[in-house]
Amino acid sequence: MESATVTLDHPHEDHHHGPPEANQSSRIDRQTLGILLFIVSEIMLFGAFFAAYFFLRVVVDPPNWPPDPYELPVAVAFVNTCILVSSSFTIHYALEAIRKGNHAGLKLGLALTWLLGATFLFIQINEYAHIGFSARDLGFGSIFYSLTGLHGAHVFVGLLLLSFANIRAFRGHYGPEAENHLGVEVPGIYWHFVDVMWIVVFLTVYVL
Amino acid sequence: MHNPLRSEADAFKWFVMVLGGAISVGGLAALTRPLVGLIWGALLIGAGGAIAYRQSRGRIPEDMPLTRGGDGRHRLLVVANETVGGEALISEIGRRCQGRDCEILVITPALAASRADHWASAIDEAIVLARQRMELSVIEIEQRLDRRATGEIGDSDPNVAIADALRVFPADEIVISTHPPQSSRWLERGVVDRARAEIDLPVTHVVVDLAAEDAGGPAVGKA
Repeated sequence: MESATVTLDHPHEDHHHGPPEANQSSRIDRQTLGILLFIVSEIMLFGAFFAAYFFLRVVVDPPNWPPDPYELPVAVAFVNTCILVSSSFTIHYALEAIRKGNHAGLKLGLALTWLLGATFLFIQINEYAHIGFSARDLGFGSIFYSLTGLHGAHVFVGLLLLSFANIRAFRGHYGPEAENHLGVEVPGIYWHFVDVMWIVVFLTVYVL
Repeated sequence: MHNPLRSEADAFKWFVMVLGGAISVGGLAALTRPLVGLIWGALLIGAGGAIAYRQSRGRIPEDMPLTRGGDGRHRLLVVANETVGGEALISEIGRRCQGRDCEILVITPALAASRADHWASAIDEAIVLARQRMELSVIEIEQRLDRRATGEIGDSDPNVAIADALRVFPADEIVISTHPPQSSRWLERGVVDRARAEIDLPVTHVVVDLAAEDAGGPAVGKA
């Protein structure tokens, strides 16, 4: 049964005082539910920024996008996208490894994920430094920095979570049972979300 | 209803789907016009939403073994919530078990008060209520029908609860008890039809009119 199972063979809790015991009746543990609800709120936040982006691009409708004389470094962003996309595979590898009890694989996967994420962030900051326009340059500059910056902030938070997961992994805290590696599972879900959002940002801002 | 995103593995699956979709959108936009890519992207998002909805509905795996006893015992799976103690249901169970060595499992889905409660897993109170009803029902079956019965709290989706139960209880037939059609949310959602379509077992639908029973009337029937 996925939900709480109660049989009459169980002793009645006649001597139980206080509120009823918390149960996980709805097929999902609290930590995972928490990160999912957080992600839902984050999707709404990104949605607001995308709405602003499309307003500028479609409703304001400038003659060119990006407006002259600005250009976006699409090649660099594509390489960066490949780096971030790779990190989803490495964190999935880490989770698969710990599910099989492979601690070395977990550490390798987590460390690689962290390195790939940090590389992405480094390249993005480097891109900001050399891109040739600022957030004060037209609505285009504002929305470009807002969208990519918002995503960059999420990568930074993800790196913090991954740092904790890495430290705990190297201290041998995780195990193959589902409840023993939630500390990787939850950051893993968040990291996939961050990667999916970047794919959407890249497509929207750099490709379309 | 299942949450289609329950683990990192699920998230990774969705990530791969988004990646594949993004590649096709980018390719299409590069080959044609950005607007075409945008339209294709919107279509893919719609398709993704449909897949998510379909997955959230859940279904019984095709390879699930539906064993039929083999030990001469007739196993009856009873699914009921508010109507679990209804006279019509108890009578039907009695008829089904007449002259048989019968084993009964009563599944009482814990129904969330609202969809928001369901998604937030706030169904503690529903579980307590369902357990009370289920326990009284099991006691009544044992006392009135002199049959061996056990009870469990099931998933809030009755069809999922049935699927879960069949994994551990090799039922020979299923009895689903509901309110009358005009007041039954299960019938509105097609719980009985879906069970009949998905499960290769006899499914009996019993209508329990609790209001009529409380009034002492005979208005109980079998649909």
